[in-house]
Amino acid sequence: MKVEMTVNGESRSADVEPRTLLVHFLRDDLGLTGTNIGCDTSSCGACTVHIDGESVKSCTVLAVQADGADVTTIEGLAGGGELHPMQEAFMECHGLQCGYCTPGMVMAATSLLSENPDVDEAGVREGLEGNLCRCTGYHNIVKAVLSVGGDGS
Amino acid sequence: MIPAAFDYQVADSADAAVAALVSHGDEAKLLAGGHSLIPLMRFRLATPAVLVDIGRLSDLSYITDAGDHIAIGALTRHRDLETSELLGAQAPLMAAVAGQVGDPQVRHRGTLGGSLAHGDPASDLPAALLACGGSLVARGPNGDRTIDAADFFTGFLETALAADEMLTEIRVPKAAGIGWSFQKFNRRAQDWAIVGAAVQLGDAPKVALINMGSVPMRSAAVEAALASGAAASDAASVAGDGAEPPEDLNGDAEYRRHLARVLVGRGIEEAQS
Ligand SMILES: Cc1cc2nc3c(=O)[nH]c(=O)nc-3n(C[C@H](O)[C@H](O)[C@H](O)COP(=O)(O)OP(=O)(O)OC[C@H]3O[C@@H](n4cnc5c(N)ncnc54)[C@H](O)[C@@H]3O)c2cc1C
Ligand code: FES
Ligand code: FES
Repeated sequence: MKVEMTVNGESRSADVEPRTLLVHFLRDDLGLTGTNIGCDTSSCGACTVHIDGESVKSCTVLAVQADGADVTTIEGLAGGGELHPMQEAFMECHGLQCGYCTPGMVMAATSLLSENPDVDEAGVREGLEGNLCRCTGYHNIVKAVLSVGGDGS
Repeated sequence: MIPAAFDYQVADSADAAVAALVSHGDEAKLLAGGHSLIPLMRFRLATPAVLVDIGRLSDLSYITDAGDHIAIGALTRHRDLETSELLGAQAPLMAAVAGQVGDPQVRHRGTLGGSLAHGDPASDLPAALLACGGSLVARGPNGDRTIDAADFFTGFLETALAADEMLTEIRVPKAAGIGWSFQKFNRRAQDWAIVGAAVQLGDAPKVALINMGSVPMRSAAVEAALASGAAASDAASVAGDGAEPPEDLNGDAEYRRHLARVLVGRGIEEAQS
């Protein structure tokens, strides 16, 4: 089945089986391997991308469901050779160690701040509850998010 | 993991979706937000031959004032329930519970109709609708019928919906100013409730329990005690009576009955305060 969607500002299309998950379409058909897969149970959030500006777990969406949508992946966040402020903040605040969860964390965090620009620390922790990190203990991730927006900035 | 192959169809109206269900029978499943169905399909616990995508029926995504009740389109997402001012003012229990479902990513996709039609005893919104005394509108080949929430959940992951019926609307009686509480107990962020309780007071107090049996259920014993004027602690003490909750790594049946008593007690106290 043919699907067509805007991915990181560019129109992309491909023939996919209806059972293709969005994350596989992004990684395998489009070669956008920044979006990770960390589980089989829709729990880890490593695969988080934006559909029409909102965070979703791309392992739990069929590519055909995103037909016609506007999708942003971690590759689409930086612009004009500059990292996105959230990417800078993760670097500055040491919000990553192995980095596996980071693309999903950054995408979840940017969606959270766009919905709730005045979010406080507890709100950041709750807002990232769909994203698991095995390394950092979350503290520096929360610091990074609050350094970009929310009531901490 | 990847679902088994299926045919994919997009429905452009509720009637077209029902027609597809009629023509494919048990082979077909509706796909709304996909956040219960796709995980099941990935584990091949569900292998429908045909998926009828109703996720694009934006005319079934709405929250409106319908006089004595709030009418909610079946395709309304948890996120829209959580952030609706109208729902927050007129049926605050529904809005608050929607905000407790899963995580933001789940709430951006999952729909009220999907959560109710799935009928999982561990999920939050069925209990909320039971405690609100709501009802559901189902469309079938012969038109619409209304089902009381109390009659909707019939067995484990089974509902009163026929194979060729689709939920179109959910009706929640207005409850501004009426005391309510939602108590969800889990050990980790994002987890489903180990046990939960939804309480709404008013003329006929209602108490619904999460994960205390094979279906989302109301506690007749607690409701009867409240109706006869029992104190919160006395009413709560019968919350586990007759319940046969599941047993798993999170706790055995006796632990869940204990949790039900504690959570219902907290819920009634909060709703009364
Ligand atoms: C990681 C994760 C965490 C979660 N945590 C929670 C939680 O804490 N609490 C909780 O309550 N839920 C939780 N959920 C489930 C979530 O709320 C689902 O969104 C919801 O249960 C199903 O809604 P859906 O729109 O995604 O339905 P789908 O998955 O699309 O459909 C579910 C079922 O309902 C049927 N269906 C869908 N719409 C209709 C309709 N209009 N008429 C008739 N049948 C229909 C489908 O055919 C299917 O059988 C979680 C899900 C995930 C992935
Ligand atoms: S890969 Fe773990 S939630 Fe999608
Ligand atoms: S940095 Fe390793 S999982 Fe988060």
